[in-house]
Amino acid sequence: MKVLILGCGRVGSTLARQLVQEGHTVTIIDLTSDAFRRLGSKVKVQRVVGTGMDQDVLRRAGIETADVFVAVTNGDNTNIMAAQIARQVFEIKKVIARIYDPIRADAYRELNIDTLCTTTVATSLIRARVLGDERMKPFETVLSDMDSEYRELIGAR
Amino acid sequence: MYVIVVGAGKVGYYLSKRLLTEGHEVVLMEKDRRRASMLTEELGDVVMQGDGCEIRLMAEAGFGRADTIVAVTGDDEDNLVVCQMAKRQFSVPRTIARVNNPTNEELFARLGIDTTVSSTALIYNMIDQQIEPGQIIPIGALRKGNIEIVTVNISESSPVLGKPVREIGLPDRALIISIIRDENALLPQGDTRFISGDSVIALVSAQDENSLRSVFTESA
Repeated sequence: MKVLILGCGRVGSTLARQLVQEGHTVTIIDLTSDAFRRLGSKVKVQRVVGTGMDQDVLRRAGIETADVFVAVTNGDNTNIMAAQIARQVFEIKKVIARIYDPIRADAYRELNIDTLCTTTVATSLIRARVLGDERMKPFETVLSDMDSEYRELIGAR
Repeated sequence: MYVIVVGAGKVGYYLSKRLLTEGHEVVLMEKDRRRASMLTEELGDVVMQGDGCEIRLMAEAGFGRADTIVAVTGDDEDNLVVCQMAKRQFSVPRTIARVNNPTNEELFARLGIDTTVSSTALIYNMIDQQIEPGQIIPIGALRKGNIEIVTVNISESSPVLGKPVREIGLPDRALIISIIRDENALLPQGDTRFISGDSVIALVSAQDENSLRSVFTESA
């Protein structure tokens, strides 16, 4: 699968690394090339510097042949706008956006953008912990589950 | 009218002052605390500090009863979201967004924004016109840009001087909607004659702009 990721922060870079390790083709866009350091030098990801709200940058990053578009920058509005461009202009079938504001996440979910609100997810998991709710499974997905090169990367034994 | 202006940069600031002078009810929303408090000193409780995309603040600002929302922050994406949320959550009748990137004009229209203003495009048009010979100045383009609103100044050397409107040979896809003469806007009739100093406002299809130009201006 060809995946285009907007935002090389913690989520974007971790996602990129995992998808590449699983054999997918990944391109990642970020405003600064510094952010790409999170990828490490070994992983084969196409890196594009620019703003994901600009259609020319998106084209340069290969959006026209992408199967999936993922918007995970720090800015809700950036993710919202980029996701709508991917949907409306480039007609990408699978568009996912991480939105921090629960209300905006709901509003745009109704507009057919697959939004993930990490705020509500985290709140419900932590609440379960706080209340000692045994029904919720422990939420410890550790990085080594997701990233096969992780241990090597940090020189762990 | 009750107008909410989101973004108190220079555009938002001067726009709000103008609206207030004309007697409208205005709320000016600004995210940055320092800027907001500075403007509060001058404009009082017209200014509201906060993010115009946060629902709670939008409700507090009265988006529900606003007639028009104007989003003029420096970021296109913020302007987009303010307007989309205003429409969806608060059913605001009219949303106006500023775009800095001219290619977003079309995108915003597609995404449901009522009016989009691109200052880049407007200024570009003015620069573009400086280099073109002739005196046609475009002042707007309707929706899809196929029809333009243009203004032409009638000079001493204009071929239509003294002629009535019905005789000047307008292209088929052009329509004169007004003649501005001495600060008065006239609705021209077929027998209205042109005099030097007139400003003609016309609707013309994009393809016929040149033919319109040659009707009013002396060819080089």
